Amino acid sequence: MSFFESFGLAIKNILSSKMRTFLTMLGIIIGVTAVIVIVGLGNGMQNYMKDSFSELGTNTLTVSIPGRGSSRSVSVDSMYQLVADNPQQLDKISPTVTMSGTVKIETETADSTTVTGVSEDYFQMKGYGISQGRGLNYVDVAQRKDVCVIGQYLNQAYYAGGAVGQTIKFNGTKLTIVGVMSQKSDTMEEGGSDDCIFLPYSTAARLSWTGTISSYLITVVDENQAAACKTLVEDYLYGIFSDENAYSVTSMAEMLDTMNSMINMVITILAAIAAISLVVGGIGIMNIMLVSVTERTREIGIRKALGAKERSIMQQFVIEAGTTSALGGILGIALGFALSSAASVIISTLMDSSMSVTPSMGSVLMAVGVSVGIGVIFGYLPAKKAARLNPIDALRYD
Amino acid sequence: MSALIEFQEVCKVYRMGDSEVWAADHISLVIHRGEFVAIVGQSGSGKSTCMNIIGCLDVPTSGTYLLDGRDVGSMNKNQLAEIRNKLLGFIFQQYNLLPKLTLLENVEVPLLYAGVPKPERHRRAQEALEMVGLGDKLRNKPSQLSGGQQQRVSIARALVGKPAVILADEPTGALDSHTGREVLRLLQQLHDDGNTIVLITHDNSIATQAQRIIRLEDGAVVYDGDAHAPEAVVTAGAIGTGGAS
Ligand SMILES: Nc1ncnc2c1ncn2[C@@H]1O[C@H](COP(=O)(O)OP(=O)(O)O)[C@@H](O)[C@H]1O
Ligand SMILES: [Mg+2]
Repeated sequence: MSFFESFGLAIKNILSSKMRTFLTMLGIIIGVTAVIVIVGLGNGMQNYMKDSFSELGTNTLTVSIPGRGSSRSVSVDSMYQLVADNPQQLDKISPTVTMSGTVKIETETADSTTVTGVSEDYFQMKGYGISQGRGLNYVDVAQRKDVCVIGQYLNQAYYAGGAVGQTIKFNGTKLTIVGVMSQKSDTMEEGGSDDCIFLPYSTAARLSWTGTISSYLITVVDENQAAACKTLVEDYLYGIFSDENAYSVTSMAEMLDTMNSMINMVITILAAIAAISLVVGGIGIMNIMLVSVTERTREIGIRKALGAKERSIMQQFVIEAGTTSALGGILGIALGFALSSAASVIISTLMDSSMSVTPSMGSVLMAVGVSVGIGVIFGYLPAKKAARLNPIDALRYD
Repeated sequence: MSALIEFQEVCKVYRMGDSEVWAADHISLVIHRGEFVAIVGQSGSGKSTCMNIIGCLDVPTSGTYLLDGRDVGSMNKNQLAEIRNKLLGFIFQQYNLLPKLTLLENVEVPLLYAGVPKPERHRRAQEALEMVGLGDKLRNKPSQLSGGQQQRVSIARALVGKPAVILADEPTGALDSHTGREVLRLLQQLHDDGNTIVLITHDNSIATQAQRIIRLEDGAVVYDGDAHAPEAVVTAGAIGTGGAS
């Protein structure tokens, strides 16, 4: 008897008791669905992370020098010199001075606007575009000019799109708006990434009465070498402070890697737990197949009397078990995809983020492979039992 | 006529604890191609044991069974399955049709295991069903048929593979006398067509339909000869279940 004939026979038997087949498959369906959704969730999380991090720039190092426990300090010029001395590794640098205070446009107050002092290179380092006017330049920084570049949100919300040339007040100081940045996020809103003001770091230092600048953004030449660059900067700072608590250097690429491996680990553990239900499903299949062999003892006896070899009987039962669980696997995949897109919709509406649950082709192939494999493995024992039945006993069986 | 079935001192012993049951006690017999033989005996006389051995469903404890000149005792399970498939056609008392399959599919089963391709399988199964008068019920399920019809399906299934021997174990046992006679007539017709038939029964009146009777008692042959000789139906001092009627 050929494989296809056995397959046809299996389909026939499966269809002749749909309810039982469905219940048998349930474990596999749930297991496969769970694996697919979990892996999809993991993929979605990783993609989301990657997007968020690449917005922050995976080629950047964030340097923070609170100078705690040390009387020493490091000047802006020496930081610039560090970058200039290592052109193979480090590309550009910008001090970042985060300001707090009130932002006023005419008489209106913008509460959620972030105000940051940066260098003229900052926009290029971050990949921010300028849509109107110009960005900050060297002269602005050198002369501590009272100028600024604002985000698109402020431009639209307060200046009806014509902010360039107007002024904005920060803590009472009038800043002239020289440029407007391109829109950064899909949806512009108050407190979002388009609700921002950038001014020369020298001006910022003057306005906030801080002598030393304690945080920097550095871009690296090769983002795959981010970890080495981080060490380079750390070594330099250790040379000055001789104290690891005085500074910290964060590599976005490294953080992304760490995050990714953490997510991977969590996903692997969750998927492994979900896979346990595949094994449970397999045991369910074995159980039903054993019952089925007992129920069909007479049928097996008849088939043997009519010339079925052990191999044929074996094949029939193994294929039946494999087909049952493969069918379960296919239903599980369908359900997994359905749940994944439902989850994407729910997450994006509830959490207001664009994370999408994306099942991977790999997990689908694995699900099918594993479910067929489980059917065959757990179907083997009952099939063996069926094949070994003595035809005389089987014929006498009622 | 060549010897198709040959038993040489065939014994089958069942051991149950300390006691032994000689279900076949040194049986020697020869059945030739084209014969119609009835094996008769009371319940427990060893008919089924004999039939299982002839049918290659079981092997003798000792002695030699030659089927078509081949020693069955030395065969492995696969070879026995092949012999059952190619050389033997079974008709059971309980019909033993597969309830989920249609009549056509039921009759096709032996051909399926013989590896006959589908179109030929269909054609031959259909011919066999037509021959037993059920050509109009190919797609029916066994449960839609009367007992006599079901037994005719099982006859069609037995002969579809053109076996060397058709083995019928109490084929009329579950039927009323009228349909029983029809089934016997069908067997008679198969014999007339040249088939070798071994009929197993406890009923003398049915046994006399055959040409030759082999009577068993306690696993041993007590008569082997013409079905119409007076001794054929007289058991040695037995108050028989199936005495002459
Ligand atoms: N599997 C078995 N185990 C033990 N004893 C058996 C077995 N099969 C048959 N017998 C015994 O062998 C004898 C012959 O049985 P059987 O061939 O079934 O006779 P019949 O078919 O003529 O009624 C009986 O005494 C029966 O009890
Ligand atoms: Mg019997």
